[in-house]
Order: sequence, then C-alpha cells, then structure tokens
Amino acid sequence: MTPFIEVKNLTHKYSAGTPFEHTALDDVSFSLERGEFIGVIGHTGSGKSTLMQHLNGLLKPDSGEILLDGVDIWQDKKTTRQTRFRVGLVFQYPEYQLFEETVYKDIAFGPKNMGLKADEIDRRVKESAAAVGLSDEQLTVSPFDLSGGQKRRVAIAGVLAMEPELLILDEPTAGLDPAGREEILNYIDSYRKAKHATIMMVSHSMGDVARMADRLIVMNKSKIALMDTPAEVFRHADELVQMGLNIPVLTQVFMKLKQLGLPVEPVYTQAQAVKALTALKGGNADA
Amino acid sequence: MLKDVTLGQFFPGKSVIHRLDPRTKLLILVGYIVALFLAVSWLSYGVVFVFLAVSIAISGIPLKSFFKGMKPLMFILLFTGILNLFFTQGETVLVQIWTISITLEGVIRAFFMVFRILMLVTGTFLLTYTTSPIALTDGLEALLSPLKKIKLPVHELSMMMCIALRFIPTLVEETDKIMSAQKARGADFESGNLVQRVKALVPILVPLFISAFRRADELATAMECRCYQGGDGRTKMKLLRMHGCDYGSFLVAALLITAVCVLRGFGL
Amino acid sequence: MDKAISVEHLKFAYPGVDDTPDIVVFEDLNLQIKQGSFVAVLGGNGCGKSTLAKHFNSILLPGGGKVYVYGMDTSDPEKLIAIRRCTGMVFQNPDNQIVANVVEEDVAFGPENLGIASPEIRNRVDRALKQVGMYSYREHAPHLLSGGQKQRVAIAGVIAMEPKCIVLDEPTAMLDPRGRREVMDTILKLNAEKGITVVLITHHMDEAAQAQRVVVLHQGKVAADGTPREVFSQVELLHSIGLAAPDTAELCWELNKHGFDLPLGSLEPDECAQILYEALKV
Repeated sequence: MTPFIEVKNLTHKYSAGTPFEHTALDDVSFSLERGEFIGVIGHTGSGKSTLMQHLNGLLKPDSGEILLDGVDIWQDKKTTRQTRFRVGLVFQYPEYQLFEETVYKDIAFGPKNMGLKADEIDRRVKESAAAVGLSDEQLTVSPFDLSGGQKRRVAIAGVLAMEPELLILDEPTAGLDPAGREEILNYIDSYRKAKHATIMMVSHSMGDVARMADRLIVMNKSKIALMDTPAEVFRHADELVQMGLNIPVLTQVFMKLKQLGLPVEPVYTQAQAVKALTALKGGNADA
Repeated sequence: MLKDVTLGQFFPGKSVIHRLDPRTKLLILVGYIVALFLAVSWLSYGVVFVFLAVSIAISGIPLKSFFKGMKPLMFILLFTGILNLFFTQGETVLVQIWTISITLEGVIRAFFMVFRILMLVTGTFLLTYTTSPIALTDGLEALLSPLKKIKLPVHELSMMMCIALRFIPTLVEETDKIMSAQKARGADFESGNLVQRVKALVPILVPLFISAFRRADELATAMECRCYQGGDGRTKMKLLRMHGCDYGSFLVAALLITAVCVLRGFGL
Repeated sequence: MDKAISVEHLKFAYPGVDDTPDIVVFEDLNLQIKQGSFVAVLGGNGCGKSTLAKHFNSILLPGGGKVYVYGMDTSDPEKLIAIRRCTGMVFQNPDNQIVANVVEEDVAFGPENLGIASPEIRNRVDRALKQVGMYSYREHAPHLLSGGQKQRVAIAGVIAMEPKCIVLDEPTAMLDPRGRREVMDTILKLNAEKGITVVLITHHMDEAAQAQRVVVLHQGKVAADGTPREVFSQVELLHSIGLAAPDTAELCWELNKHGFDLPLGSLEPDECAQILYEALKV
C-alpha cells in the first residue's frame, strides 16, 4: 500500500552556489500514514521549518521527492497548487497574518482561494470556527479587536477551513498560558479525529509532544536523528541531551528512580507515571 | 527569496579608507563630484579617474562588487548613452540612417556622459562600501549640526535614519514570512492581470503595516525606558575624531580640485 | 531603606473605546519587593502582570494608590528619569527593543541618553557585554543573532545604565529552550553576583521556580505569594486559576490522590525522585 506521505532523499540548500551555502535538509526520508499525530522536535536551525515548508510545496527540493498518495507534488503546476490545499500549514505566531475586516472573512480566505462555492465556504467557516471554540457572534467582529489567544484561534481556523488532510503546525501554543495551551492542543486533536487527518506538530514543549504524538521525529543538524514512538525516543535520553534538547521532567524523575534502584522503566506522561508508581506501591504492600 | 537581497552594502575592512572619519569621506566625496563636473577634457577626466582608481585600490574592495552594484543602473546608462549618441549635433557625420545621423561629436559626448555617471556612482559606492551605515549617519549628523541653529531637526532625522536601517532586515524577513503564510492559504501572487495582482498584495500589506506600527509602538516605549529624551544632553560612545590620515586625505582632495581647475583654466 | 518597589492600594483601568466600559485591571493591589531579591510574578494571559510591570517604570501611572520605586513616587514627573535610571525594563520581543544596527552601539544607547562621558560609556558597554556573555559579538548586526542572544543584548543595554533593579516582562516567551536557558542563566547571575533586584514576569512555572519568591496574580489580585515551594504546593489553587504547578509537583499531587502521602514542594527532578524513592523503598 502506498503511504499517505512519502519523503524520499529530500535535500535542500539555502543560497546554493554562494559562499553562504547552507544545507538545511540533508537526505531526509520518511513516510506518514493517515490519522497519525507526529511530533517534531529539534532546536532552532535543525531544519524543522525547512522540512515543513517542503511538505506543502512552499519550497522546492534541490533533490529528492515528496509523494502525496504516491504522486510527486512537483509533477505539474496543478498538483503543486492542489498540494497547498491538501496540506495545511500553520506558521509560528499565525495571528500576525490576519488581515480581513471580520473574523468570518479572514477564515474564508483559504476556502475562497480554493475556488469553492459560497455555501460550501459558509459551512466550512462556521464549522472550523466552532472547532476552535469561536462563537457565532465573534465571526462578525474585526479580528484585531480580539485577545491574543483568540486571534491565534482565528488564524488556526483559517487553515482548518481548507480541510487539509495533513495539518502542520509550528509551535501552535507558543506564548500561551497553560490553560490556553491545553485548549489549542485539544482542538487540534479533535480535528484529527473528526477528519482522520494527519497532524505534524513542531513544539519545544517535550511534555506536550510526548503526550499527544503517536510518533516523534527528532531533527538534528539537517538530518532526522530519530523517528519512533515517544517511548523509544526518550529511551535515547543521553543523545537528546547532547543535541541540546530537553527531556520531559517526568522522564528525568524516572531515570533517577531507576538509578536509585527501583524497578521502573522510563515514562513520559503523568498517567503512565501514576500507573507505574501505584503498581509499585501495590506490589510493596502485597509483599 | 527576499532574504537574499543584500541591504546596507557595507564591506567591513581595515584599509585607510575604512578608517577615515565619515565626515572626511563625505566632504571628499562632495569635492570629488565637484571636480568631476569641472572636468572638461580627456586629461582632467584622466586625473579624476586616477584619483578614483587609487582610492579603490587602497580600499581593497573587489571590483566585482562595483559592477554588481551598477547592474540596476544599466538602463539609465544605456539611455543616457543613446540619447547623447543620436541627438548631438556635429560636423563629422559617421553614419546616416534616414533623418538620424551619428556624429563623431555625438560618440565622444555619449562616452563622456556615461563615463561621468559611472565615475559618480562608483565614487558614491566607495563611500557606502567602506563606511558603516551608523558611521555614515553620525557623520551626516555632525556635518549638518550647524543647521540646528535654524531649527532643522538634525538629530531626529539621523535617529530616524538609524532606526530605519536597523529595521529594514527585520521587515524584509517579516514580509517573507507573511508571504509564505498567505501562500500556504492559497494566495496567488504570480498570476492574473495588474488589478488582480495589486489586490493580491492586500493580505501581505495589511499584516505588514499592522506589525510595523506595533513594532514602532514597542520600540518607542523601550527607547523611553532607556531614558531617551531627544538629542539634548546626549553624549556619544564613539566620538568622531580627525586623525593624520584625514588631514592627508583632505590635502590630496584639494590637490585634485586644484589640478582640475588649473587644467580647465588652460582650456584642457 | 531596603525596599526596591512598593505598590500601595494600586488602582488601574484601561479606558474603554467608544461606549464600551473601562477595563478594570487592579482595584486594590499591594506588593512590596525587597532590594536584591529575585521575584517572579506569575499569572495567566490577561491577569494584569504586564500592566503591573509597566507601573514600575512610569510607563503607566496609577489610577489610584501609589507606586514607589526606591522611595520615588512614579506619578511625579520630576522623578521620571531618576526612576528609569533605577529600574531597567526588558520586554518580550527582543527585535522591538534594539535600536541600533551594531550590538555595542545599541548597548551604548542608554548611557548615551544619560549624558555620560564617552570613555565611561565605552567601559560600561564592554562590562555589560561581558556580563551577559556577548562581548565577542559586539560588532555584529543584531538581526543576525539568535533570539536568546538578542535578548541578552537587550539585557546588556539595560545594565549598562547600571540600574538597581531590572524588570523583565516575559523575556523568554518568544525564545526556544536554548534561548530561554541563556536568558535565565544571565538573570540569575546578575542577581547573585551584582545584587541587582530582579522582577521576572512570566507564565513559565519552571522559570518562576528558580526565583526566591513567587507572586501569583489572578484577575488583578495576589492569589498566592511565597517561596516557590510554598506557592507550588497549592496545586488546586493553581488549577483553579488556569495555571499548573511544575510537573514534579503535579505528579506528587496526583499520586496523593492514589493513596500516597507525599510533600508537594519538590521542584527538581532529582529531589522528586528521592522523595518517591523514600516512599517506595521496602
């Protein structure tokens, strides 16, 4: 079976042929399935953003190819344009790209560019606004009158309204407080479930990606250093630290517990930690 | 990509020309331009050319950079050349096509005009290539400071210039980011007629302006917090000081102008 | 006099636009900050923490009550420059507070405004850049630096004015983990080595945990105030106002619901592991 997205030997250089040449992606290959939640981690300059912009055809590979349902996205102009709509991209601080007079119009910008009919646009705007918790009254106000967190939701709704099959988000929760972060993450996961969409989320918050993602991609020095389930990835804690990345705090706690001699395996979510420790306590009580 | 645009074409270096006081360089540039316009003969042009060539050699700036900088001016150069070539009246007709004739005088005149513009632009480039934008604004502010007496806001103008220079790369980067984001939402900047293309810019310009205003607002607050109250009572970390080489350069420049004037007096 | 900042019965509201009502931020806020201390002001979006920070530097003036900075009334226009010399501000977006296009020129901006003699400015700029570890970048263009580096330049620009207190308004919100660490290390060092009073406005629990004192703001009121240990033990309170405790405290709190009896004050992973180990060892 052809995978949903397949990236083959992708290489990209900035300022190629000048003294400032810099390889941002170096022979990157991987594939994604529908409905997966992928977390992408790596420090600034590791090639994450370049990779994201390739997946929806904003950047053209210097070599290698990107296949969407088995078709090269650069096959012809029409396919490339179609890819923009099938792969949604939410940049960092997306609220700074709002421009329309009303929230409604701004969310409708993407669907309009797709050339959809008016009633379909209307359905999508309303559905995606609701999906990020915006009320109908808010659709008629100017996006610039909203609070920072609400603007962020409008911007995300603008991409959701294109109903992308792959939704890529670059730090969607940056600058939000814990309550706001949790809400945004929930909206994203609900969208995935509702549309059986694939999510790719870049985040610096190890706790968040570890909890949400089915698989993690760890980028380091323009290459994929690791790609596996969170459990497997965080088993390489030492390597992650060497790459300048953090490990979830709870994983650190469990590594220390193991060092102290308790029979535990590293965990990365609170639920896992509680389960492991209560089991251990129960075991002790029995003994 | 917009990121590849080179802005502020300063080439850091340690040559004498780099180390000259920006005021010296500005004044000498003015003198150089005067000399260029006073020059009337092959010989005087030659003198000015030698002055420029030696200066470039001392600066160590590769000639390639000058040619690169010249590219956007190609049209003007060509236009000036052709205009002078065809519309100069003269005795010695070289080629005659229908009513248009090319005269020897025309060829010479076209050559001189193009040469003069080339020299003018190259001289200015030499200044901007060897002087950091901030030194340039400092120099301008210092040279223009007598105008404060007639209430010209010299400090404010140079501050504005300085801030503009500081924010150009930031705004270029921002434009790039906004463009990518709107493209990702299916915006199309490349096709359609003129009206459609202008309309397509709205999703870029609106966020860009809003962001620029926000930045201006935050910057103003930050500047106030750092006790900025305009130019009065302000000191400078780097004082502009004239050194031996500055006075030497003035001497050379004075020689240049004198030479050109003397040659002109002799009708050369 | 060892009080750096004193907020007394502060009232403040942003005026409403057109016919919308005023937005009340503070009704009666009281807060004292000791000279030389490191205080984190924590709160969710819209709790008034940034508004409070702007009162420490006379950017905003009280609508009622008083704010004193080193004994000076912030609403006294005569004291404006003196107040701003005493308390420096660092803002969230490093791009929007760097004025010049060379690092050292930017750091010199503050001292230049104060009319300090040129050789002394040079000394201060060099010293400030060394303190934040950016001396080797002094001739660089700011827009080519990383976020963390830019923010350290901004901090250098403030300490070159030799203030007694620095107020940082979410200085790490736009930075990646590496940048955040750089900035936090710089702040901690300035506080420990130079005795500069630090007021850190943040919504990152782990940053607040590094302070000596944490003040939690909620809807313009002090919801909790104490050492990080004391504040982060109040997990229910934090949850009720949309905040979370550090993961370690959250874990212990959750475990206590499952029959454990753990103290909630442990903030470091190693310390938390030790406590768990003590509770679990046979």
